[in-house]
Amino acid sequence: MVVFDKPHALIDVPLHYCPGCTHGIVHRLVAEVIDELGIEGKTVGIAPVGCSVMAYNYFNCDMIEAAHGRAPAVATGVKRAEPDKVVFTYQGDGDLASIGMAETVHSAARNENITIIFINNAIYGMTGGQMAPTSLPGQVTQTSPYGRDVKLCGFPIKVCEMLSQVDGAEYLERVAVNNVKNVKNAKKAIKKAFQNQIDGKGFSLVEVISSCPTNWGLTPQNALKWIDERMIPYYPLGVYKDRSAQKEDAE
Amino acid sequence: MSTTQYLFAGFGGQGILFAGKFTAYKGLIEEKQVSWLPSYGPEMRGGTASCSVIVSDDPVGSPIVSKPDVLIAMNLPSLDRYEDAVVPGGTIFVDSTLVERKVKRQDVTVHYIPATRLASENGISTLANMIIVGNILKTFNDFGEESVNAALKKVISAKHADMLDVNLKALKIGAEQ
Amino acid sequence: MAEKVLMKGNEAIAEAAIKAGCLHYFGYPITPQTEIAAYMAKRMPKIGGVFLQAESEIAAINMVYGVASTGHRVMTSSSSPGVSLKGEGLSYLAGSDLPALIVNVQRGGPGLGGIQPSQSDYFQATRGGGHGDYHMIVLAPASVQEMADLTVKGFELADQYRMTSMILADGTMGQMMEPVSLEFDIKPQPAKPWATTGTNMEREHNIINSLSLVPEELEQLNFARYDRYKVIEENETMYEEYKMEDAEICIAAFGIAARVSKNAINEARKKGIKVGLIRPITLWPFPKAPFEKAAKTVKQFISVELSMGQMIEDVKLATACQAPVTLCNRVGGMIPSPDMVLAAIEEAAKNGGAN
Repeated sequence: MVVFDKPHALIDVPLHYCPGCTHGIVHRLVAEVIDELGIEGKTVGIAPVGCSVMAYNYFNCDMIEAAHGRAPAVATGVKRAEPDKVVFTYQGDGDLASIGMAETVHSAARNENITIIFINNAIYGMTGGQMAPTSLPGQVTQTSPYGRDVKLCGFPIKVCEMLSQVDGAEYLERVAVNNVKNVKNAKKAIKKAFQNQIDGKGFSLVEVISSCPTNWGLTPQNALKWIDERMIPYYPLGVYKDRSAQKEDAE
Repeated sequence: MSTTQYLFAGFGGQGILFAGKFTAYKGLIEEKQVSWLPSYGPEMRGGTASCSVIVSDDPVGSPIVSKPDVLIAMNLPSLDRYEDAVVPGGTIFVDSTLVERKVKRQDVTVHYIPATRLASENGISTLANMIIVGNILKTFNDFGEESVNAALKKVISAKHADMLDVNLKALKIGAEQ
Repeated sequence: MAEKVLMKGNEAIAEAAIKAGCLHYFGYPITPQTEIAAYMAKRMPKIGGVFLQAESEIAAINMVYGVASTGHRVMTSSSSPGVSLKGEGLSYLAGSDLPALIVNVQRGGPGLGGIQPSQSDYFQATRGGGHGDYHMIVLAPASVQEMADLTVKGFELADQYRMTSMILADGTMGQMMEPVSLEFDIKPQPAKPWATTGTNMEREHNIINSLSLVPEELEQLNFARYDRYKVIEENETMYEEYKMEDAEICIAAFGIAARVSKNAINEARKKGIKVGLIRPITLWPFPKAPFEKAAKTVKQFISVELSMGQMIEDVKLATACQAPVTLCNRVGGMIPSPDMVLAAIEEAAKNGGAN
């Protein structure tokens, strides 16, 4: 009896992520969903610039490495050229909410039929812990050494809340992966985001509140706790938009 | 071995580019080498509009007409700007309804056509441009009905086929002047 | 012979692209090339293609990157300031060895500059435009027919060598109408086994990527790319020679500058001055051979440009400074007149005794 197996959509190689980083969990959830939906052979993934820059080495489907922030534009090109394929991007907060904000908002506005997995860990991980567009007020980072001063550098961007105002967006949900219950919910949301694309419903984004123990300067356990204590109060979990469900309700 | 360089000039909305296009198409139909180059940019919207047209037996070099053999001046600023550029012995066609002054040059042939007045008198007020073109064709003994009709068909889209007759009418009015 | 129609250069590019099998266009409005987007917007929906007005030049080039990854023919077009924005994407396309066609209908710069014709993006185009060691195949049309023909050629070369082709035109070429035949002998597109269109569970996954963190490996990738560039230099260089048989003065000019120069050459010839023209059609690879050959007999070269003197550097390199190379130029949207070029020729004839 098999009690634990690796998803086929995830290549069996060691990941480069730091100990305690939750990228590994999210990679696995995406791969499990690809397996369960039986779509690996027709899926094209877009990797970002950031910690998950080498995701193309981990997913077994065809993969494209995009320039920083441009994954939704690249995904738009792929999907428009190959509408029958399943196209997803996997992006961090700097990639999606800072340098790539225009691509994010406009792909939502166009209701591009793509799936976006958005990792929000409130920090630039790859470059060594700088302030992200989602860093919390007061959060100490390498480039906000005295804590994020909102008078100086503004407020964090709440991506799901913001995109919920964009008519084109189909489905927006914020989840976390800091405990078993949240991980299970996260998988459900990710699966729905892929299923929506298969059903032709359009732009589906799952924001995953994740940990970065290395750059937060916390142990893995304390990092998971920090998600509960600091991240989730600022970034409440839940569904921010589900157009199909709203339509069904209305009917 | 002949080359004619036309410069059509006026203000936006007078059909300057259209008149040039007709001239170029007529050349193409007559198996000549042609080029058509418009001025472009903000000036297209109500300011000065101009276009260079070259019709030649030889391959066209530069498509920019800086020394026209034939100048069509449909308003005063155009005449002011381009009168001196016309080659000695060249020809200037002036819409005398809108341009009140006479051409100063003594070494060119000038045709004054009250095109705008004729157009409105004949109920084709937007076609002063083609009245002048009609006069050009007559002046150069170039009013081949067949190629004129063929060129009109090229520049007037099928959607506006009803415009064929009035354009032909305008050309004929011009030719009678 | 196919019937010729009068068409703007910009529209000829668009129709030729469609004929070449390009069914995907992404762009952003900018003068003086917007006719390309307008033409595509009209035509693509009717032939099952994709026209998308992107939110920015940056998004447009990355949409191109996405389609190119799937192996379909794809293009974008812009004018100088917009092409600067695309620089990032051009570098990534090169780094990922993706074929695509980019059109630059140049206008005067730098900065926002003007909207009138220019050739001042020569360095940007021939040296790559973005960061890193790379080239694009740069094609310089001098007529509306060439706008069309080189578009088809550009797609074919891009596919053959897995790289970007750029049409480097200017506002005059884009806006002018000339008779053009739009019947082409389109070669079948090569197979693209590297494309990311899904594994279908039948092969290893394909990866489109420009990241390479091991210096030894990245070095090899660069070497391999430049080996390919060498083949292109040997096989794909294009140029036109005009009245060079007995020329003692040689004009170097491309695009509209070459058209103007031909007028001046014809006038100079009437005065007995032996002057000819070498017109590069590929700006990269630059046609060194005809210049090398001419340098043995020509007494002076004149580079006629709509820039402060960019191609002149390639002319000097190609001729190894065996004869003086002077510049005859206008910039900022101005175009040298035939008289100006003629004066430069007469000056050269006086100095060099080229009569």
